[in-house]
This record gives sequence, C-alpha cells and structure tokens, in this order.
Amino acid sequence: MRNVYAIVIDDSSAMRMILKRIVTNLGFDVTLAEHGRDALEKMESADHAFDVALIDWNMPEMNGLQYIQAVRDDPRYSAVTLMMVTTESEQGQMVRALAAGAHEYLIKPFTPDAVAEKLELLGLIRPAYLTAGV
Amino acid sequence: MPVGAGQFTWVSELVRREAAIVLQPGKEYLVEARLLPLARAAGLPDTDSFVREAQRPGNLAQRRAIVEALTTNETSWFRDAGVFESFRKEMLPKLVAGRMAHQPIRIWSAASSTGQEAYSLAMMITEELGPARRFEIIGTDLSRGVLEQARQGRYTQMEVNRGLPARFMVQYFSRSGTGWQISAELQRNIQFRELNLATPFPPGLPTFDVVFLRNVLIYFDTSTKQAILRRVRQVMAPGGWLILGTAETTRGIDDGFELVRMGGLSAYQSVASPSLMLSGRV
Repeated sequence: MRNVYAIVIDDSSAMRMILKRIVTNLGFDVTLAEHGRDALEKMESADHAFDVALIDWNMPEMNGLQYIQAVRDDPRYSAVTLMMVTTESEQGQMVRALAAGAHEYLIKPFTPDAVAEKLELLGLIRPAYLTAGV
Repeated sequence: MPVGAGQFTWVSELVRREAAIVLQPGKEYLVEARLLPLARAAGLPDTDSFVREAQRPGNLAQRRAIVEALTTNETSWFRDAGVFESFRKEMLPKLVAGRMAHQPIRIWSAASSTGQEAYSLAMMITEELGPARRFEIIGTDLSRGVLEQARQGRYTQMEVNRGLPARFMVQYFSRSGTGWQISAELQRNIQFRELNLATPFPPGLPTFDVVFLRNVLIYFDTSTKQAILRRVRQVMAPGGWLILGTAETTRGIDDGFELVRMGGLSAYQSVASPSLMLSGRV
C-alpha cells in the first residue's frame, strides 16, 4: 500500500509532537508546520502530494481558517482532506470551518483513539478490524 | 494497588451470577479501575474496603453498583464506521422498499450503554430518509446509570469527540454548559429500557427489523450465548437482520441463523431449519 502523507500544522511544538506520534503510529508519513504560511510553503516544495492536513485554528502569520481558504482556492490541492484540530469549541466556529471547506473538526483535548476514529470516518485509515486479520 | 485475590474471586462470582459475564483472572486491573471511583464516592479508602462492604448481608445496592460498573463498556459514535456505511448503503434501502411510509422501521440497540449506537443510527436514518420517516429505536442495557445518561442525551466534550462527524455535531447537538445535548428531534424516536440479556426478556418488546448486538456475546459463556441468540431470534421480524461485532459469529453457537453478506457488513438472518422441524423441536 502506498504511503499516506499528513501535514500537522500547529504553533505549539508540544502539540505538533503529540499529533506526530499519533499519526505516525497510524502509519502516516508526517511533515510538521508551525502556521498556515509555513504549511503552504512546505506543500509547495514537497516532492509528493499530501493526503490530509491536521490544522490548528489560532496561529501567527496565517491562521487555520485562512489556510483552509487558501488550500480550497488552489486547484492543485483539491484532493487534500482538511481536519481542524482546535480548542475552539463553539458551534458557530465549527460551522465557519466546515463552510470554508474543512472536512472534519476535532476539539482539543483529544485522545489518540479520537484522532484515529475521525481519520477512519474520512476514509484515510482502514478500520482496525480489517487490518487485524479478523 | 490491585484488588485482593479473595475480593477478585468474590466479584467474579457476583458478576457471573448476576450478569452471566465471565471475568477471567488477569482482569484485576479492570475491577480496580471500575470500582475505585465507587469506593471513593462511598468515602472508602480503597477497592477492597468497598468490596468488603458489599459482601455484608443486605448490601444489595453496592452489589448492583459493582455489576453495573463492570458491565459498562467504553463506546464511541459510529463505532466501526464501515458497519454503519454498509447499513446505510445496503440495508436501509431494502428496509424502505419492503414497507409503506407509515410503517416504522424498528431497530434494537442491545447493550446500548450510554446511547451512542442508538443515536448514531437515528442520525444516519434521519439523514438518509428525511425527518418525516417513521422509525423506532429501542436501546437496552443492564446498567441504570448508563440508561439514565442515554435518556438525557447529554455528553461531555471528550465523548462527542469519539467518532462523531462534525456536520452531525452541528446539526443534531447543542452546547449545554461544558457538554453537548442531543436534539429532541432525535430523542423522540428512541426509547431506552432496562434489560438483562442473560435472563428471559421482559414482555412488551416489539419485533425488530434489525438487531445490533455488537461486542456483547464475547463476555458470555457458550450456554448463555445460545440462550441469548435463541431469545433474540424470537423478537426478530421475518427477514430481519442480526448484526454482531466484527469478530463475533453465530456459527457453532446457534444453527438458527445464516450469514448474509451485504457490502462490507456481515449480518445474520433467522432460518427455519428443516431438520429441527422434522424432529419436532420447533
């Protein structure tokens, strides 16, 4: 099976490490970025396409919502699945993110299982029962 | 500190007797994890003290609390997303095709815990068939504690994070303090009732088009599994489907079911076995 490429975008280095560990354990190849503009530059210069972006909302330079809008406006990135991962927990904010083009939304704090279940919903990982040989 | 050996044996016996659930040796950590909060709530220093308290004659409330704590499972929304996807694509169209618009589809979420499976089904059916379509979901569980939460439909932030699609969170929930409240629109199609799968079912259960009995049988011994499957068959509508956990099967336990593959979903349908009819056992 081919690699699945993720980009984790968060201005907190601790949160980047937590998410990196979780998605690496799920078998993804992970790139880290500190804010939206950093992520766009890394996507531009990468030698592969990205399957999924895990995006914090509140970041310097370019926030998560602006990043989502930028990705949605660029036809080269139409296949990237976008998941907001944020402490913003008001429904109005969720609606804004979904309307801007986010496919999923995970509220911090979260457990590793919660990340895996969202990625399963998005069709990015095969359910555990199919990979466990049951 | 793990629970003492004597206390563990007594708790295992209690749970086996009351709920027919087998707690293998090695599950001491589970007993400790589930009972320590009860001990603390009762003002006792540790699990052993709580178990000793429950052992005293007449302390039925503590015993019941122990059984409840050990029969409650962690649960997420749309658990095993592929099962729900196959239910939506393969099973729902067949259920709709077979009946008039006013005839409700009836679904049983057996061992419903805090209600995530029942509400997930309700969201999916409403999305797929529209809010006007009639359906009835009955969720049952042994534990009064989880039934109360299921009826209220209130969930913590951590609970709604578990496998619930964001668009459903926006559409079917509202913020309620630090938690989330499921909408009355979904709740009106769902009832939650107390039911012990290991004992004869109470009267008044309807016949079900689909029974979700997932990740439940694994906790029971073979004779209890047989009794449960026999009773489940009796409350299934003709042509109805039984859905088990992905690692579970009726094979070797109950010949009255046959496996039907529907997309990625394994379902079981009741068959009238000719050999059984000839022997006059039906």
